[in-house]
Amino acid sequence: MAPTEETPDLDPVRGRAPLILGGHDFPSITRAVCDPLERPTPSGWWLFFLPSLALLSLLGLATGWLFWEGIGIWGLNNPVGWAFDITNFVFWVGIGHAGTLISAILFLLRQRWRTSINRSAEAMTIFAVMCALIFPGIHVGRIWVAYWMLPLPNQMSMCPNFRSPLLWDVFAVSIYGTVSVLFWYVGLVPDLATVRDRARTLLRRRIFGALALGWRGSNRHWQHYERAYLILAGLATPLVLSVHSIVSMDFAVSQLPGWHTTIFPPYFVAGAIFSGFAMVVTLMVITRKAFRMENLITIRHFENMAKIMLVTGTMVGYAYGMEFFIAWYSGNPYEGFAFLNRAFGPYAWAYWIMVSCNVILPQILWWKKARTNLAILFVMSLVVNVGMWFERFVIIVTSLHRDFLPSSWDYYVPTIWEFLALLGSFGLFFTMFCLFVRFLPIVATAEVKAVLPAADPHHGEERVVLDVSKAPVREATT
Amino acid sequence: MSAPLLPQLPAGPCYGALGRFAGPRELLHACERIRELGFTRWDAHSPFPVHGLDGAMGLRASRLPWIVLTLALSGAAGAMLLQWWVHTQAYPLVISGKPLFSWPAFVPVTFEVGVLFGALGAVFGMFGLNRLPMHHHPLFESSTFERATDDGFFVSIESWDPKFDREATTRLLRDLGALDVELVPSS
Repeated sequence: MAPTEETPDLDPVRGRAPLILGGHDFPSITRAVCDPLERPTPSGWWLFFLPSLALLSLLGLATGWLFWEGIGIWGLNNPVGWAFDITNFVFWVGIGHAGTLISAILFLLRQRWRTSINRSAEAMTIFAVMCALIFPGIHVGRIWVAYWMLPLPNQMSMCPNFRSPLLWDVFAVSIYGTVSVLFWYVGLVPDLATVRDRARTLLRRRIFGALALGWRGSNRHWQHYERAYLILAGLATPLVLSVHSIVSMDFAVSQLPGWHTTIFPPYFVAGAIFSGFAMVVTLMVITRKAFRMENLITIRHFENMAKIMLVTGTMVGYAYGMEFFIAWYSGNPYEGFAFLNRAFGPYAWAYWIMVSCNVILPQILWWKKARTNLAILFVMSLVVNVGMWFERFVIIVTSLHRDFLPSSWDYYVPTIWEFLALLGSFGLFFTMFCLFVRFLPIVATAEVKAVLPAADPHHGEERVVLDVSKAPVREATT
Repeated sequence: MSAPLLPQLPAGPCYGALGRFAGPRELLHACERIRELGFTRWDAHSPFPVHGLDGAMGLRASRLPWIVLTLALSGAAGAMLLQWWVHTQAYPLVISGKPLFSWPAFVPVTFEVGVLFGALGAVFGMFGLNRLPMHHHPLFESSTFERATDDGFFVSIESWDPKFDREATTRLLRDLGALDVELVPSS
């Protein structure tokens, strides 16, 4: 029977369905990944890049006017001192988490399918953290004193308070960004060497030669390299879990009803992975099509990602339910009010958008037909990201706008400048991603080659099949 | 030890012998033989790490974990020390009635900085142990070696290995199944 997407030939070494389809061998993987980098820029790329760049310019506009005029241009009011800025921050940090989950946690769990998507997911992480870092940076208003967030010696007798989760956040997110870049670069080095060795122009050879650091595939190097990769995965795993836990403590450590709950750290981590995988699906559906990588990034990869979205989405749904249960069970009237106000108060529209997008619609992913249908998955990935943005908005704004003192209650409406900053952050994200897919190998070729059956040194050897029926049977003796 | 970032290559008529093998299996078997024959200054090159090759080459376990452990613990200790110093020595302020050295609140930053130092140790320790960056190397002068990052599986035996002999070593690589063998000039 000929191998097809439905009935591929089994991996002769492992006896399981192969991860890479289309009869790829080592050089064909190199070609599939490197050829697009070496061809002239396709016109389709500009179709994505120019609109992204236009959106990015909105970010310049929104932040430029903000720096000139101050945060009075935003719609913030007395009880609602945090809104779009911190919503966007939490949203973007969360997006990044899927990349680290794919590169580190799935590596430790020996999920070999991760190799096709980890490079681009890690790139996504870095760009998402860049977007995230903008918002705490600009929301302080006086951007030129943003360095006060760091414990630097100064003449003002002033130092940040290390007991505050807001300072933990400065450390957590900046270290997360740094470690993500390191991890990504270490993974890139062997592939940069591949691009260097294929380079036909002096400029390419120089640039990629410099970046590849003189990598020559030495096994004495691979030994330390693999150890470093394993350690980085082991460090990044608790790091990524701690980052969103600490982000959640920005809220949970405060006294505000709706924020002050112990479920926040795991709930935020699950939500982060949920939205991050949705973003990976959004990007991969387009990238795979644009670069004709259907055999490297297969339907199986998408189905696996859909399953992770289903699991984490269910966790998020559980957290929504449990918040309500605890609000009632605690007997705390403020907590009870905060949640009734969330679901039926002035921001009920946002709450129900969140529930529809994150809990109700993703139920379709229980069906294999939906998990393997790229059109449905693409739409679902957009729906989930809308839902997850609204989740952060609901948590932040509904808890703030009606605090303990009814006389200070107010309704928050964003201004155009907040919308422009949000759109602009998407511009930054997509611009960076467009540059990435144009100039760097978007699939980790060294890792993908290593999961081919031919990469196993025992490939092609006689397989010892244990067949119990043919084993000699010793007669029982009495 | 000379400067770590410069190649430590003795001058000689040639760098060594380079043989290309058909695949991971052939490379593994060749490496087993070369180790058994007692060569010490040699290496294998492959586009991806070949499973089991470390054992076949007889490499000792990487020392990297010790570098990482040392740095991660120093980073964590340094972070705790910084927070202790800020809150008890430099800026002793009572905030929300907490003790000055309220160490449980210092755990997150301690952990994060420990991870940062560990990760820096893993990356720069790995490059240091591998003596990278090293942008110039005699092997890059070979005409076939660029396949080492694509689909080529190579063994290089350096000319200053005590057992190296131009004719015998070249013949050995051929006997082990190398598809093409060349002598790489010293550069």
